[in-house]
Amino acid sequence: MSSYTSAATIRQLLGLTSVQRLVRTTQLGFKSLWLRKLRSLLTVLGIVFGVCSVIAMLAIGEGLSYEAQEQIRRLGSNNIIVRSVKPPEERRTTSERSYVVEYGITYEDINRIKLTIPSVEILVPSRNIRKDVWNGVHRVDCDVVGTVPWYQEMRNHHVERGRFFTEEELASSVNVCVLGHGLPASLFPIDDPIGKTVRIDGDYYQVIGVMEPKSRQAGGSSSSGFGEQTNQEAAKANSGSGAPFEMYIPLNAAKNRFGETIVQRSSGSFSAERVELHEATVKVKNIDDVVETWHIIADLMSRNHKKQDYDIIVPLDLLRQAERTKRIFNIVLGAIAAISLLVGGIGIMNIMLATVTERTREIGIRRALGAKKRDIVMQFLIETVLLSATGGVIGVALGLAIPQIISYFAELKTIIAFWSPIVAFTISGVVGIIFGIYPAMRAANMDPVEALRHE
Amino acid sequence: MADIIAQIVEVRKRYMMGLVEVEALRGVSLDFRQGEYITIMGPSGCGKSTLLNLLGCLDRPTDGQYILGGEDVSTLDDDTLSSIRGKRIGFVFQSYNLIQQLNVLENIEVPLYYQGRPDEEARAIATELAVRVGLGERLEHRPYELSGGQQQRVAVARALANDPLIILADEPTGNLDSTSGSDILGVFDELHRQGKTLIMVTHSDEVSERAQRVIRLRDGKVERDERRN
Repeated sequence: MSSYTSAATIRQLLGLTSVQRLVRTTQLGFKSLWLRKLRSLLTVLGIVFGVCSVIAMLAIGEGLSYEAQEQIRRLGSNNIIVRSVKPPEERRTTSERSYVVEYGITYEDINRIKLTIPSVEILVPSRNIRKDVWNGVHRVDCDVVGTVPWYQEMRNHHVERGRFFTEEELASSVNVCVLGHGLPASLFPIDDPIGKTVRIDGDYYQVIGVMEPKSRQAGGSSSSGFGEQTNQEAAKANSGSGAPFEMYIPLNAAKNRFGETIVQRSSGSFSAERVELHEATVKVKNIDDVVETWHIIADLMSRNHKKQDYDIIVPLDLLRQAERTKRIFNIVLGAIAAISLLVGGIGIMNIMLATVTERTREIGIRRALGAKKRDIVMQFLIETVLLSATGGVIGVALGLAIPQIISYFAELKTIIAFWSPIVAFTISGVVGIIFGIYPAMRAANMDPVEALRHE
Repeated sequence: MADIIAQIVEVRKRYMMGLVEVEALRGVSLDFRQGEYITIMGPSGCGKSTLLNLLGCLDRPTDGQYILGGEDVSTLDDDTLSSIRGKRIGFVFQSYNLIQQLNVLENIEVPLYYQGRPDEEARAIATELAVRVGLGERLEHRPYELSGGQQQRVAVARALANDPLIILADEPTGNLDSTSGSDILGVFDELHRQGKTLIMVTHSDEVSERAQRVIRLRDGKVERDERRN
């Protein structure tokens, strides 16, 4: 007998009739829920908000971390950047001895790194000097970067039009320049800048190319630590975006034309700084050696510099930190999501228990008319899953819409990972099953005689 | 003599009512034949409802045997009892017991649905039955749109849907006015003429006069079992 019934069960579970039944039960579930529209809607709200907040928060978090990682990636993950930093204590002592502040990376440091560390592939030194750049009557306050031809590949920052300067031009310290993005619009409002000349102090430079735009923060940070005190306002007034324009000239030209002492005048006083190089970007051959090379460079620098007049930035390390932060963010988010879906699930279970009690009579009738326990379980389980899945659908819709609204109004980048709505929706369905089982079992286990007597 | 389709032998039923154990049936033996129209009468608390629940496979006897259609159903498991209810028993209740969110046709289809009959077949059977009990014009109506008499007709149609061996009716006219009541009894007479087996619990002598056999219960035992011809 029991083997017969279990075979029948399997047949029913697999057979066509069971599919038809599932459809019918689902229709019935919709009907029952529709009869109590307001209650169903309120019940589902917990799931709606849970699902919607998961998707929206993930999208915002993903967008933020994408931007952060993109900025770091622009610095190059194989790179180590050494920057000159004006040591804070130097400001006090200089007024006693001389007006010239001497600090920063030296050509000697560069040679040491180049010659003693085998894992270094290339090294890009650069000088950043704040100068006024002229074209006739047009003047722009500009960061003049003296660097080497392989700067482009190293910093992932390329020429948009024209060309970058060559090694010959570097060696002969010829006066050529590449304008940073946005600079042509200020200096050459009408003409094509390529082939024209610009003037810095007494020297003329031929424009040979224009760079592509840098990402906002990468551009800003590369000029930080230099000339900030005196020229911040001017830079802001000039560029409008808060980051000054940049212009690229051969390193040797920068060395020869400007010397190593930079004098800056501001409101009656003047300060002088003596800096050989402002920045050196070291490219490591193999990404696995980055951390080790970083430690060697740090060691080398600390041995040759008495004061902390340099700063080492490791994009890879920053990237890893960003990834760690993102992971923690995701865990926190997951916990919040789990809690909100748990609360939503409990809300649904609560209502389903009330519904089961309310419909005791119906359950009794159905049992008397031939419904098996599992038919009753299916009926209530499907109802619960329908509730939570409806909540999931509404939640996904809202969750997809909210990031769009946020990006539109707050100009914040949001990224909706393709899996996040799927996962959120699946979880809402699973919540329905988990929190639906108990009420459904309770409905099914009622004594039919008692249930029929229920008022 | 027609075949015996249902038989109970020395059936006892005890259950707990709060802390007190009640013996509702104390050794009842009866057999029911094909096509009989039987009423069960007796004062309240005599065990009529318990007997009807046992006959309807809604409950199992504590002791004794119940043989329905040649099969001992007194010890079957819940699932099997459910399908026996679905296939062999038709219920008509005092308070109609229709499902409120379903319309007339859908209510009649419920037993067929649990038997896994295809939709089209179920729809055809339900329509035919609705017409037969005089509700051909109200197929899409919900129970609350119908009078008590009409609702009870739907219930009768629903009891007939699976072409049961026995139709069990628990005071089917108890909630109806006399006109609707005699209307429903008319339907039962008609079913009897068609050879259905009817077992009806009632308080009313008037109702029981229509039956060919009256069983009187008292204190969980058969007091009298008379056949009229």
